[in-house]
Amino acid sequence: MSEMQSGHIEAREVSIDLGNGKENFRAIDRVSFNIASGEFICLLGPSGCGKSTLLGALAGHIPLAEGCLTLDGKAIIGPSSERGLVFQQHTLFPWKKVVDNVAFGLKMKGIATRERHARANELLKLVGLSGFENKYPVQLSGGMQQRVEIARVLINQPRVLLMDEPFGALDAQTRWVMQQLLLQVWAHIRTTVVFVTHDIDEAIFLADRVLVMSHCPGRIREEMVIPAERARGEQWVTSDAFMHLKRDCLDLMREEHRLGHGAETASELAQQFAGAFI
Amino acid sequence: MSNVYMSQERSQERDLKLTASDATAETGSTAPGKSENRRRWRISPGRLIVRLISLVIFVSFWQFAAEHRLNLALITFQSIPAPSEVLPALWNLLQSPKVGSHIGNSLYRVFAGFFSAALAGILLGMMIGRSRWAADLLQPPLEMLRPIPGVAWIPLAILMFPSSELSMIFITFMGALFPILLNTVHGVGGIDARLTATARSLGAGRLRLLTEVILPGAAPSIVTGLSIGMGTSWFCLVTAEMIAGQYGIGYYTWESYNLQRYADIVVGMLFIGVFGMGSSVLLRKCGDLLIPWYQIKGARKP
Repeated sequence: MSEMQSGHIEAREVSIDLGNGKENFRAIDRVSFNIASGEFICLLGPSGCGKSTLLGALAGHIPLAEGCLTLDGKAIIGPSSERGLVFQQHTLFPWKKVVDNVAFGLKMKGIATRERHARANELLKLVGLSGFENKYPVQLSGGMQQRVEIARVLINQPRVLLMDEPFGALDAQTRWVMQQLLLQVWAHIRTTVVFVTHDIDEAIFLADRVLVMSHCPGRIREEMVIPAERARGEQWVTSDAFMHLKRDCLDLMREEHRLGHGAETASELAQQFAGAFI
Repeated sequence: MSNVYMSQERSQERDLKLTASDATAETGSTAPGKSENRRRWRISPGRLIVRLISLVIFVSFWQFAAEHRLNLALITFQSIPAPSEVLPALWNLLQSPKVGSHIGNSLYRVFAGFFSAALAGILLGMMIGRSRWAADLLQPPLEMLRPIPGVAWIPLAILMFPSSELSMIFITFMGALFPILLNTVHGVGGIDARLTATARSLGAGRLRLLTEVILPGAAPSIVTGLSIGMGTSWFCLVTAEMIAGQYGIGYYTWESYNLQRYADIVVGMLFIGVFGMGSSVLLRKCGDLLIPWYQIKGARKP
């Protein structure tokens, strides 16, 4: 799991249109950014600002209207196992046991059962799910299901891990545990992560850099570098620096809310389409 | 995928849901949910006794009515054999050398018709469920044939096939085809689009998508279709045998009527019931073994 290929993402003047015919509107407007390989990026913004849409484009599920989106210099066209995607609601195959869910990507590559199970068990251990190999997804709790989901994506050794509010449906306690787990896993597997969230604390806790997005059409409004050392824990979320960053973010979001007030209908539309992008 | 397509898909699914339940109503054999099934078996001894008493009362009344040749104006028991006559007749048939070929012939026809229907139904169902092009091409003629009950095919089937054996198998096939086909289409249509998107993201190609996601995802619905189809194919077979058969349980029942061996009619009916239900139950059990994940509490959506 050590030698990851690069995972450098570049977005140049990316615009995305959603909706058909009369309902067509611009969800993302001329967005540009660079993500270094191995960087942990959070896309932060209010509901309906287009952050999920942007993630969908990175996954290759949503076509661009204009601009260009590349991974390691190659344009992103269509989904691929080198860009692993994790949703808010798990998408585990209910008919496959946990170990077979995790090993799915390897099965698609034609790797023999014994080897893929060995590697799946390794990853399950990494996400703290040893002993659950032979359960079915429905027998697991929400947090466990997301652990399996993360393991299943990581087995493909993706260059980029795309996460769409992966802990949004979990209770606060479980979410906190999962955020810490994600950082532990990421410490082992230094892949590029693009993590979408509307939770300010989550973004500041996890990211190297937070891209704060604005409403309608979606743009990147502000970029915040999170200076904290890695191996972050409780000290970080209770530190003054954290509080300071959080205050800045809240200010930005409040202003955003005020500005975006007139555009509420459009933002609702954006939300609706972002949910139906696949 | 555009939104328009999604909503179209959804309405198509709703249509099929309707037609699938139509098929269920037609045969009168509903497929109860698993939980209901379990509840039915887990009954207290007190209720079991009540049920046994009910059965005894039913048989006693039958015996009484047949023995006294009861005439209730609307219904008459004058020529109806009593249970006490049916039992010896059953014993006779079980000992006769013909019993094997009656049962064997019927089983062969049902399984030949049923399995070809299963094969055709699942294949066509997957195609229609997965490809809009296949749906447009295949659905119109199938929709035209769907409301015609299998039994209505009997005269035409006799004309269409040189051997009466084949015509009976064909009728059995027609009986089972539509429940299987519709449930397969319904099952395929009901698969969460996020699952197929995920599978593609994880590196699944078109063929792998079919075998790893579409088929297992539709399996519970397909098993339901197979079990309903099994019921309809027995129903169609028995009727076909009455008209075109030489051997077989349906033929035996009808022959008994013609020869005025009334007790044997009831024996034939009992055989039909036992084998029809037996093969449906067997099929459901086998199907359940194929979808162990579906048996877990909470596995199905509310």
